[in-house]
Amino acid sequence: MITFEGVTKRYPDGTVAVDTLDLEIPAGRITVLVGPSGCGKTTSLRMINRMVDATEGVVAVDGKNVREIDPPTLRRGIGYVIQQAGLFPHRTIVDNIATVPFLLGWDKKKARARSHELMERVGLDPKLAKRYPAQLSGGQQQRVGVARALAADPPIMLMDEPFSAVDPIVRASLQDEFLRLQNDLEKTIVFVTHDIDEAIKLGHKIAVFQVGGKLAQYATPEEILDAPADDFVRDFLGGERGIKRLRFFQELDAEEAAEQATEQAAEQRAAADRPEAGSTAAER
Amino acid sequence: MNAILNALEWFGRSEQWSGVDGIPNRLLEHLWYSLLAFALTVLIALPLGLLLGHVRQGRLAAVSGFVVTSSANAARALPTLGLLILAVILTSAGDLVPILIPLVVLAVPPVLVNAYAGVQQVEPGLRDAAEGMGMTAPQVILRLELPVALPLVLLGLRTAAIQIVSTATLAAYVGLGGFGRYIVDGYARQEYDRMAGGAILVAVLAVVIQLVFTALRRFVVSPGTRLQYAGS
Repeated sequence: MITFEGVTKRYPDGTVAVDTLDLEIPAGRITVLVGPSGCGKTTSLRMINRMVDATEGVVAVDGKNVREIDPPTLRRGIGYVIQQAGLFPHRTIVDNIATVPFLLGWDKKKARARSHELMERVGLDPKLAKRYPAQLSGGQQQRVGVARALAADPPIMLMDEPFSAVDPIVRASLQDEFLRLQNDLEKTIVFVTHDIDEAIKLGHKIAVFQVGGKLAQYATPEEILDAPADDFVRDFLGGERGIKRLRFFQELDAEEAAEQATEQAAEQRAAADRPEAGSTAAER
Repeated sequence: MNAILNALEWFGRSEQWSGVDGIPNRLLEHLWYSLLAFALTVLIALPLGLLLGHVRQGRLAAVSGFVVTSSANAARALPTLGLLILAVILTSAGDLVPILIPLVVLAVPPVLVNAYAGVQQVEPGLRDAAEGMGMTAPQVILRLELPVALPLVLLGLRTAAIQIVSTATLAAYVGLGGFGRYIVDGYARQEYDRMAGGAILVAVLAVVIQLVFTALRRFVVSPGTRLQYAGS
């Protein structure tokens, strides 16, 4: 569990990025931080692995104040995925994925074996292992980014707009697979996005931020769709809230159907790069 | 044309190939001064360039860009021969130190500027990913920034090496050896075949160095980095 207690981030010039944030992020679930740009969602995420340090208040992981852990140690225990993947251009795909195991001093053979296992897990062709990032598509690079974050099997994953740099079709399939993966792994995931649809699709809980670093609402997607806390949240959900609700509950049904057909999962994974796989078909 | 033919004939004489004033010995001397100067240059300029390039925030970052570029410009404007004579006056002639000073001063800027610029150009997203995965500052420099900046770093090293090798001819002015001997002695004795021979030797050495660095680049720069450069 990750907790924010009265956390404020103020920059030397006086700007307040996050304003007295209180938040409890449940273990084993996906929590989405969503809001317009400049709302402090990314800053909040980065305070968990100390890429940013809070000015006031306490961020704690499993009850331990992160300020008491030195940043490299803390970060090696937390998966980190960013927009554009941030893959190292001079390293092959296997070695990119093995970054954290190498930092932790794993034996090279063991680290590479783990990389290969993860490539399969995130639906990457094993033939890509010896390629370099520049030879991969945007969607493939993003899969490598997820595999790299999972390499040392951290209990927590921080994901900062990981799917926003790819086209909508690839994004949808990445999201579906990410949900499937999370079903098996049950990581504690903090996911930042500016896309409310993505938040509703992925989040067990959603924290809606507004400009000035204030938390506007923190609830399940159902609650947010049913009862937006204020005008800001209502506006942010947009005019088609009714449609979104309808689609959301339909997807729940589709998920149930999908669970009954778990045997097809492996097949679906193989077909993952094909557009509009899995539950999205139920929307039509 | 005649001068070149004379020089070629000069190369053919057997006394050029042995003894203190023979080409093998002068080559070793020339390489020795060059290697010393190059090693000193790399030791000073490479860590400094990488470090200054790495620092992106705070007061140091604001100052370092200015310092790097202006030191480079200042050094370019320095007269090497004047610096050599000054170094001789300040230290003792005949010693190695006076020749090393102008060579290092000449060679530091290209290494410094290219290492600095190479590291500065590493995408912020890569740096963010590296730090976010728990790399310490030295790990970020050695495992990310240096390898990604390597094409530029090598360019700087190559420029420095060629400048050192060409300028090491000045050693002869202060009583040392190297290929410069042929040029200085040839001029003094009005033996133009000797002078041309020395000049050719220096030029050939510079070309060889160029080739060495081209080979080195293929060998040490990751294919992934080269791909990225080709793609952008």
